Amino acid sequence: MGKTIAEKIFAAHLRDTPSPTNVVLDIDVVLCHEITTPIAINDLVSHNMDTVFDPDKIKAVIDHVTPAKDSKTATQGKILRDWARRHNIKDFFDIGSNGVCHALFPEKGFIRPGYTVIMGDSHTCTHGAFGAFAAGVGTTDLEVGIHKGVCSFREPHTMKVTITGKLPDGVYAKDVILKIIRQISVNGATDMIMEFSGPVVDRMSMESRMTLCNMAIEAGGTSGICMPDRVTAEYLWPFIQDSHLSIDEAVEDFKKWHSDPDADYAEELHIDVSDLKPQITYGYKPDEVKDVTEMEGSPVDQVYIGSCTNGRIEDLREAARILLNRKIAPTVRGVLSPATPAIYSKAMEEGIIKIFMDAGFCVTNPTCGACLGMSNGVLAEGEVCASTTNRNFNGRMGKGGMVHLMSPLSAAAAAVAGHITDPGKYI
Amino acid sequence: MKNFSGQALFLDRSDINTDEIIPAKYLTENTKNALKPHILEDLHLDGFNVAEDIIGRNIIVTRSNFGCGSSREHAVWVFEVNDINVVIAESFARIFRQNMFNCGMLAIELPKEDIDTIFALGTDGTIKIDMEQNLITAESGRGNSLSITFTMNEFDRELVKAGGWLAYADSKY
Ligand code: SF4
Repeated sequence: MGKTIAEKIFAAHLRDTPSPTNVVLDIDVVLCHEITTPIAINDLVSHNMDTVFDPDKIKAVIDHVTPAKDSKTATQGKILRDWARRHNIKDFFDIGSNGVCHALFPEKGFIRPGYTVIMGDSHTCTHGAFGAFAAGVGTTDLEVGIHKGVCSFREPHTMKVTITGKLPDGVYAKDVILKIIRQISVNGATDMIMEFSGPVVDRMSMESRMTLCNMAIEAGGTSGICMPDRVTAEYLWPFIQDSHLSIDEAVEDFKKWHSDPDADYAEELHIDVSDLKPQITYGYKPDEVKDVTEMEGSPVDQVYIGSCTNGRIEDLREAARILLNRKIAPTVRGVLSPATPAIYSKAMEEGIIKIFMDAGFCVTNPTCGACLGMSNGVLAEGEVCASTTNRNFNGRMGKGGMVHLMSPLSAAAAAVAGHITDPGKYI
Repeated sequence: MKNFSGQALFLDRSDINTDEIIPAKYLTENTKNALKPHILEDLHLDGFNVAEDIIGRNIIVTRSNFGCGSSREHAVWVFEVNDINVVIAESFARIFRQNMFNCGMLAIELPKEDIDTIFALGTDGTIKIDMEQNLITAESGRGNSLSITFTMNEFDRELVKAGGWLAYADSKY
C-alpha cells in the first residue's frame, strides 16, 4: 500500500506514538503572532519554562493589530517583541517589515516541502500549498511547540480533492474553495487533510494554491496540502539555490513528498470547474454559499480586499482589472490592505495602488485589521461588507455586521456597483 | 483533576464557532480571568439569554462540529474560568477538542441518539462523568436517571490525568 504525502511527512517526523492512534511529531517551524503567543509566553514564564527549543526554527510577526491601536494591543506587541529579543529569534517582523503571517512567512521562504509547521492560528493550513504539513493549534500546543519543538496529532487521514476542467475567466481559486465548502459543509473535512490535486491545481500559481489551502479549515480540515512541483520550486528558488543544483533537480527532489498512486484515502472528491460561476457566502457560515448572480443587487456598505486569503499581488491585480478607470459607488467604503510590504511595493511599482486610490479606495498598511474586526474597517451594527477574507461568522468584522465572502474580482465589482453583482459584467 | 460534574447547559445547535464562544475583540486580554464575563457573548441561538442561562452550569451539551473556526484557546479558557470543564457533543472541530484535552478538560463525543436522550432529560438535572468507568450518569429533576458509556482515547485520558499537555510533554520530551 502506498502512502499519502501527509503520511510520508508524519513518518519522517515521528518522535513518539503515545497511543495507537496518536503521534507526536518533531516540528520544523513554529510560527508566532502577537494575539495567541503572548499568553503562551506568559504561561511559560509562570511555569519557569521560558526557553525556546531552537530560536532559528521560530518565526514571529506582529500582524493582527499593527500599528497598535490601544494599550492592550501595544502590550501584546511588546510581550512578543521582548521575548523575540530575549531568545535571539532573528526572524521577527515588526512595523516596517511586518505583514499578514500566512502571506509573509511563505514569501520569506520559511516553508519548504516536507516540513511540519504549527502556529497558534487556524489558517496555518495555508502553508500546505508548499507540500508541507501545516496545522493551526491552540495556545497550549504552541507553548509546547516553542518549548520542546513537538506537537501531537491524530494519525493523518486524507481527503483527496481532484480538480479538473478549465477555470472560466473571472473565476478563481477562491470560487473553487467556496464551491468545495458549499458541497462538503463546514465539517466535511474535520480531522482530515485536504489534498488538492488535478490539472487545475497543477496550473495554479503558489498564490492561488495558498488561497485554496487557506480555507481548508473552513471545511474543518486539519490542513490543506498540494504536491510540491515546478511552480513550488520556482517560487522557492531564491531560498533553495544553495541546497539544490538547479530548479530541475529541486523538482525531482520534491517528488519524494508526492503521494503514491496507490495511496489510501479516507475520502475522495472530484470537482470539475469548467462551468463554475463566481461564488459568495450569504449567511454566517462559510458553507452557506450561492452563485454571486443569486444575490445580484444586494447592497453593501464596505468592500474589503486583503487578508491571508486574498491580499496577495495576484489578487490585487485581478481587482485592479475592474477598478481601472472606474470609481467605486459613493455609498461604498473601499478598503485595500495589501498583505505584506513586498506586495505593497510591487503593487506600487505596477501602478495598482494608484488604480485603487483613483477609484476611491483607502489603502491601509499590511495587517489583519478588519478581517477579524479588530481595526482598520470594523463594521457597525447592521452594516454589510463584501470581503475577500475567509470568515463570515456572526460578529466577525464587527458586532451586528454581515460579511459576504467572495473573490477579489467579485469584491471589486461590488465596490463599483454599490451592491453585489456579477463581476463578468465588468471584464 | 478538575471537577467533571454539575448541571447542564444545553446549546441546541450545530457548528457553534469559537468567535461565538469568545469574540475576537477580547483576544487582547492577557489573563484568562478577564475573559470570564464574555462567555458565549455572540452566540447565535434563539431564546438564549447568556446572563441567566449559564448560572450554575458546569457542563455543556450540544450538537455537532462544536468549536469550529478560529484556533483560539480562549474559547476553552472562558469555559474553564466559568467552571465548565466538560463539553459533550456529537462531534468537535479538531483544534477545539485538542485544546480541551491540552487543558486537562473533557470533550466527549456521543452518537446523536445519546445526545437526544440527554437533551430530553431537561435542564434541572445533574450530570456526572466517571472517567474510570467511562460512564456518564444523568439525573433529571424529576428523578429519572440514565447512564451512557462513552469511549475515550488513551492519550486524551493521559492528558487529563496529567493536568494537560504542557505537564505531560515537559515530563516526557
Ligand atoms: S488575515 Fe484574517 S484570517 Fe488571516 S491570519 Fe489575519 S485575522 Fe486570521
